[in-house]
Amino acid sequence: MKPLLTPKTDSPTQSATPSAAPQPPPLSSGGSKGAVEGSATWALSDRIGLVICWALGLLFCAIAVAIVVFLFIKGISYLDLSMLTTPASAGFSQAESGGFSDALYGTLIVAVLAISIALPTGVATAIWLVEYGRPAALARITESTIEAIAGIPSIVLALFGTVIFSSTALGFLSRSSEGVVFGRSFFAASAMLSLVALPLIVASTREGLNSIPRHVREASYAIGKTKAATVRRILLPSSRPQVATGAMLGLGRIIGDTAIIIVLLGATQNFAPVEEASFPLNYLRGAGTTLTNFVYEASPTGNLNQPEKAYAAAFVLLLMVLALNGAVDIIHRRARKVGTWSH
Amino acid sequence: MNEEFQPEYGPKWSDQRVERMLGALVCAVVGLLLAMIITVFVRAWPSFSHNGLAWFGPGGNVDDQLNAIFLSGQAGTEYIYTFHGWPLIWSTILITGGAVLIALFSALFVAVFIVEFAPEWMSNILQPVVRFLASVPSVIYGLLGVLVLVPFIGNHLVTEGQKASVAGVISLSGYSLLAAIVVLTTMIAPLMVSIFSDGLRSVKPGWLEGSLALGVNRWRTTWKIGVRSARPAIVAGTVLATARAIGEAVMLAMISGSVGFAPNPADGLIFIYEPSRPLAPTIVKNIDQLSSPPANATLFAIAAVLLFSAALFSFTGYMARRSMRKYGTA
Repeated sequence: MKPLLTPKTDSPTQSATPSAAPQPPPLSSGGSKGAVEGSATWALSDRIGLVICWALGLLFCAIAVAIVVFLFIKGISYLDLSMLTTPASAGFSQAESGGFSDALYGTLIVAVLAISIALPTGVATAIWLVEYGRPAALARITESTIEAIAGIPSIVLALFGTVIFSSTALGFLSRSSEGVVFGRSFFAASAMLSLVALPLIVASTREGLNSIPRHVREASYAIGKTKAATVRRILLPSSRPQVATGAMLGLGRIIGDTAIIIVLLGATQNFAPVEEASFPLNYLRGAGTTLTNFVYEASPTGNLNQPEKAYAAAFVLLLMVLALNGAVDIIHRRARKVGTWSH
Repeated sequence: MNEEFQPEYGPKWSDQRVERMLGALVCAVVGLLLAMIITVFVRAWPSFSHNGLAWFGPGGNVDDQLNAIFLSGQAGTEYIYTFHGWPLIWSTILITGGAVLIALFSALFVAVFIVEFAPEWMSNILQPVVRFLASVPSVIYGLLGVLVLVPFIGNHLVTEGQKASVAGVISLSGYSLLAAIVVLTTMIAPLMVSIFSDGLRSVKPGWLEGSLALGVNRWRTTWKIGVRSARPAIVAGTVLATARAIGEAVMLAMISGSVGFAPNPADGLIFIYEPSRPLAPTIVKNIDQLSSPPANATLFAIAAVLLFSAALFSFTGYMARRSMRKYGTA
C-alpha cells in the first residue's frame, strides 16, 4: 500500500525533505491530520509522552535558533571585513594580530582538494557496488569497509596520515629536509579528509543508482549500449541530484573537521609554502591552516586565545555550513520538480 | 554485453576493462583500510606489550606518565612506556555513555514526533533544524561550549562550597563532565533523529493500520508497533552516534577540562562538575609529542583502543540488527 506520490527512494536522505514533502501518510491513511484522533481520549501517560515530544521538539528548535542567533550577533559585531583579507600575525592584542585570511583560503583549498579526491573515488565505488559487485564476497567486504570508514574517528585517520605521509616515498607531497619528511601539508590533510567524505558520497550515490528501475538499464542494453556506456550516459546523469547531495554533505564534513587539520596541516596560522616548488605546488606541499583550526586555536583553550576572532571565524564557518545546507535543499527541490522514475 | 555492435566507447572503455578498473579502485580502498588497521596496531604494540593489561587499569597520575613517556624519548635514554589509562577510559565511558543515553531518549521522542505527531508545519521546521544541528562543525560546538556553557557552569552552577570541598584535589572551573555531556548530546542527537525517523517512516503502514483497527490509540500504536519494528534503524543510529561520540576529539579537548582525572560517582553529584579527559582528546592534546618514539607508541595505542571500540560497536550493531531484521524494517 505505497502511496503513488512517494516512491520508496524519493530523496537521498529522507530526513532531509524540508518543505512540502509529501509526508508518508501518518497513521491515518488520508495524510491530512484533520481527521485523526486527538489526544483527548488518551491515557494520562500517553498524553505526558506527547508533551515530552513537543518539549523536546521545541528544545531542538530553540537550540538551533540560539546557536544561529548567538553566532550572528557575535559574528557581526566582531567580524571586520579586513579580517578576511589580512593574514594572522603575531601581536600582543587582538587588534594587532591580523585576521584569518590564510585560514579562509586554507579551508577553500582543503575543500576543493579533498572533494576532488573523494568524489571520483566515492562515485566509482558506488557504481561498482551497484552495477558490478562481483565477486559477491568482495562486494560485501567493500560495503563493510565503507561502513567501517564512516565509523573510524577522524583523529585515528589523522594519526594514520602522519605515518603514510612521513614516509620518504611520499616526500614529494610535503616539506622534506635532509631526508626527513615533515608529512604535514595540504595534500596530506586533504587526502585524509577525503576519507571522511567518502562514505557519505558512496551512500548517497548508491541510493541514487538504486532508485533507477531495472527497465531503464535494460532499455539501454537493448539498443546496444555497453554497461559502461549505460553508466556514463544514463545512470550517472539520472542520479546527479544524489551525487550532488553526497558531495555537499561530504563538503560539510570536510570543512567542519578539525582533528585531521590540527594533526596533518601543521601547527601554524599562516601559509608556509615550500621553497623548492613552483607556484601552486609550493603552497599545497606546505603547511597551513583552516577556519576550524583557527577557531580551535583562537578559543580560550587554544594557543592564540582571541575569543572575538574565534567568534568571527566561527561565524564565517557557520555561513559556509548554512550555504551548503541551502544547496542541498535546492538540489532536492529541483530533483523533486523533475520527478523520480515510475516503477 | 554486445561486442558485435562496436559500442560507442570502443575497446578502451570496454565493459571488462571498466569493471577491472573499478574493481581495482575498490580493492585499493579496502586495502587502505586494512593498512590503516595494521599500521595502527603495529605502531601501538610497544605500548601494549610493555604494560599488558595494566594499560587499561588505574594507577598513578596519567598525565605524569604521559610526560615521562615523552621525555624518555627526547633524552635518548631507555624508553619508558608505563601507562595506566583508566582515568582516560573512564572519562570516555562516562561522557560517551551519558551523552548517548540522553541523546537516545530525546532523539527517539523527537523522531516519533517528526514522523507521527507533529503538525505539518512543525515537522517542516524540525527537519531542517535537525539537519542543521547535525551539520554544525564540532569546533563551533566546542567554541560555544567553552565561551558560554563552561563559564555558566563555573560561575552559577558550582557553588563555592563545592569548589572548596575538592580544592586540594582538583579545581572546578566549569570544564566538566556536565559541559561535555550536554554539548556532545547536542551533537549526536540530531544524527540519531535523522536515522530513527528514516526507520520509522519505512514501517509498513499495514502493520500500524492493523493496530489502529484494533482500537489502540495512535500513541501506543506508534510505540508498540512503529518503534518496535524500527528497532534495526534505532540500533544503527545509536551505533553510529556512539562511534561519533567516542571519536569526538576536538570539541571534548576544548571543554572536558583536559586533566587526566577520573571523576568518581561515589562522591555524590559533584562528580558531574569535575574535569576529566577522554581518550580521543588526549591524542589531540599530545599531538606534538609524536616525534618521541615511546609517546608515539602510546598515542597509537590510544588510537588502537578507539579503533577497536568503534569496530566492536559496529559489530554489535550489525549482530543486533541481523537478529531483529525478521521482525522489522530497514
